[in-house]
Amino acid sequence: MFKSLALPEYLATIDKEKCIRCKRCIQNCGWSVYSWGGDRVQIDTQKCVKCLRCYHYCPEEAIDILNNETRYKDNANWGFSHIRNIKRQAETGGMPLTGMGSDLPYTILFDHLLLDACQVTNPSIDPLREPMELRTYLGKKPAKIAIERDKNEKPSLKTKLGPQIKLDVPFIFSPMSFGSISLNAQKVLAYAAKENGIVMNTGEGGLHEDLFPYTDNIIVQVASGRFGVNPQYLNAGVAVEIKIGQGAKPGIGGHLPGEKIPLQVAKTRMIPVGSDALSPAPQHDIYSIEDLRQLIYALKEATGYKPISVKIATVHNVAAIVSGIVRAGADIVYLDGFRGGTGAAPNVIRDHMGIPIEYAVAAVDDRLRQEGIRNEASIIAAGGIRSCADAAKAIALGADAVGLGTTALITMGCTTCGKCYTGNCSWGITSQRPELTARLDPEVFGERLSNLIKAWSHELQEILGALGVNSVESLRGSRERLRGIGLDEQTLDILGVKPVGR
Amino acid sequence: MNHDYQKDIAGCGLAGLINKKKNPLSGSHIAKSMALMNDRGNGLGAGYAAYGIYPEFAELYAFHLMYDDHTSRMEVENHLKNNYHIEKTEEIPTRPVEGLGISPLLLRYFVCPLEDKVVGDMTEKEFVVNTVMKINSEMEGAYVFSSGKNMGAFKGVGNPKEIADFFLLEEYEGYIWTGHTRFPTNTPGWWGGAHPFTLLDWSIVHNGEISSYGINKRYLEMFGYKLTLLTDTEVVAYTLDLMIRKHGLDIPLACSALAPPFWKDIDKMPDAEKEVYTALRLAYGSAMLNGPFSLLFGHSGGLVGINDRIKLRPLVAAEHGDVTYMASEESAIREICPKPDKVWAPRAGDPVIVELEV
Repeated sequence: MFKSLALPEYLATIDKEKCIRCKRCIQNCGWSVYSWGGDRVQIDTQKCVKCLRCYHYCPEEAIDILNNETRYKDNANWGFSHIRNIKRQAETGGMPLTGMGSDLPYTILFDHLLLDACQVTNPSIDPLREPMELRTYLGKKPAKIAIERDKNEKPSLKTKLGPQIKLDVPFIFSPMSFGSISLNAQKVLAYAAKENGIVMNTGEGGLHEDLFPYTDNIIVQVASGRFGVNPQYLNAGVAVEIKIGQGAKPGIGGHLPGEKIPLQVAKTRMIPVGSDALSPAPQHDIYSIEDLRQLIYALKEATGYKPISVKIATVHNVAAIVSGIVRAGADIVYLDGFRGGTGAAPNVIRDHMGIPIEYAVAAVDDRLRQEGIRNEASIIAAGGIRSCADAAKAIALGADAVGLGTTALITMGCTTCGKCYTGNCSWGITSQRPELTARLDPEVFGERLSNLIKAWSHELQEILGALGVNSVESLRGSRERLRGIGLDEQTLDILGVKPVGR
Repeated sequence: MNHDYQKDIAGCGLAGLINKKKNPLSGSHIAKSMALMNDRGNGLGAGYAAYGIYPEFAELYAFHLMYDDHTSRMEVENHLKNNYHIEKTEEIPTRPVEGLGISPLLLRYFVCPLEDKVVGDMTEKEFVVNTVMKINSEMEGAYVFSSGKNMGAFKGVGNPKEIADFFLLEEYEGYIWTGHTRFPTNTPGWWGGAHPFTLLDWSIVHNGEISSYGINKRYLEMFGYKLTLLTDTEVVAYTLDLMIRKHGLDIPLACSALAPPFWKDIDKMPDAEKEVYTALRLAYGSAMLNGPFSLLFGHSGGLVGINDRIKLRPLVAAEHGDVTYMASEESAIREICPKPDKVWAPRAGDPVIVELEV
């Protein structure tokens, strides 16, 4: 085997003075960077992904993971990744894969939006002393309702409401399948979802029986591979989601390598052990919008009319597409933005296709309002929500709730190293190797994820209070409370926000 | 969708009274009550709405119009002539008041839509609303103060006493009156911008800044309303129009949609009621008026006062005989009714609804 000419990105180093030869780094590294050389730890730094597992678990703080200072000659045109990828492709003939959302420096509009606050003319509200409501219902809302009063003047509802998913706070966990992430990672999501009155999403990998106790907090997904789909599965959760696309890889299917398909995954997905689970690029029964309508109604019929969500990647024409999806009968539309995460995607797709979520939410919300159908479906904004501030801004742009994927994984130890597709995740999140997944204690990390949701909920309450409103629906779509900083006129126009100072 | 607007912000004082037996009351009462609250405004806007003042034209729409010049008057009058039978046209009587700036042309018309113009599914009321929208948004220099039957709005740039004197308010007799004084923070005075704000027989006087204005506006735009004034009050008026006239909610339910109960309280309700209030919040969440307000809305059948969900603006109510009073301050009530039978502060989000009995 020849030595790769692709430069290592990181240099794993061990301070020989501090090292006590305990071999914990060897044990902890999922990528086999470390091995035992008889009297000392040997390092194969080419394999290092800087997940920092060894760093945290070295009892002597002897390990440092440095960025490789050796770079190709500076060139404003030929960046490090361009050259490195070409070398890798020349050596392998393959498509460089990656995990997580795009890390390229495209403009992040969340960082160019500022929220309003109250001063004098309207009072701010103190969430520690006054009620501050975050409850959100996902599903079709009637444009108007009919209420009758009996002879004692007691009102009763005459309009039949469509099915709703009640969320205590406007956050949900993004779809991540068993297979792409470990069962323990899914249990962490399920635990925190239940704890916080929100929902997780199975992703396309079926529903493992260990998650049955959590089905009141689970949306089940139907994707192009139809993995694990059967009548019991469809009826297990609170809703069914049809996955059309994913922000990190719009237009292409799923790629779960056979290495990540041990028995449990295989059983849950209803496929042979070790076979590659490749979801087709399109759903082969959806080649057009009318086909989607038929699948939506087939699933409604199959589930006794549970809410149906349709997940799409945000692409150029997203507003018109969503309008079609809503008219096709979807109760929820899940928008996965350009920066959304993935377990595995070709670099070329992830980094160059789709549009960021901020534009998409704004354009979709506008279009649905122009057409008078905004009430017909709830909008989830996902793909790049990094903080409660991002969430609040997405809601102000028009989202009903936001989806959190990478954020949830970070609470489990993820450092966004982006090597999920290898199945070697040292934190046991995106691996199926039992010795690695055993590291992720569902209760311990369930508690941490739960803490995060609670923390963001408090933050959102503080934001609402500063805005002088006491309910999240008064922030939803209220773009008057946003200002753009450093944005050009056309971008402001698309977002429907004024510049700062106006 | 236009988002590059500058919203109008104002603090205020308000008062209202209603005689539920329809016994007429002179406009001098409300004027006196409002004059006491002079310090709640800054002289940049005051106004009144009165019901029952045009009994001789009770079946006709009374259009109160304001014009910047004769050109705009001609444009509007041409439009009215083509679409309405005009029973009477007259200048609204005024008297000169020292200190008041130059007033616009003020006219009133008693009209009914021509039958052949109200076609298809359109109701007469919708036709009138469309006329009002058209004049306000398309006809430069013209603005409709009010358009209801047997009612009218009188308003302008000045303090409450000046405006009352200017319009000879003491000469009108009505059974519902509301009054308002403004403290705008960012707008030069414009006669059309004063309260009350009206649509058909609805009139709103409002104290507060609706912190949810952004979504309220976008919500109403989805139903075809054009929000040209950029005031909270306009939002209130159109929201009520939507919920009550178009969607058929009764007044208490419309109030519950504007200032809904908290989820913690809804959760404790009996099932049928819980279902009603949950549905109200789901359907009208974007219409909820969030932030501080107290407001009075008058209509041909009565007067309603309501506060925001946590009572961030004042509202006091009192009763004396057949008359119910509501105002920002108790003193404004006692100024014209020194010994009320009952005085109370309505709870947050709990409307005071008074209906005419005859």
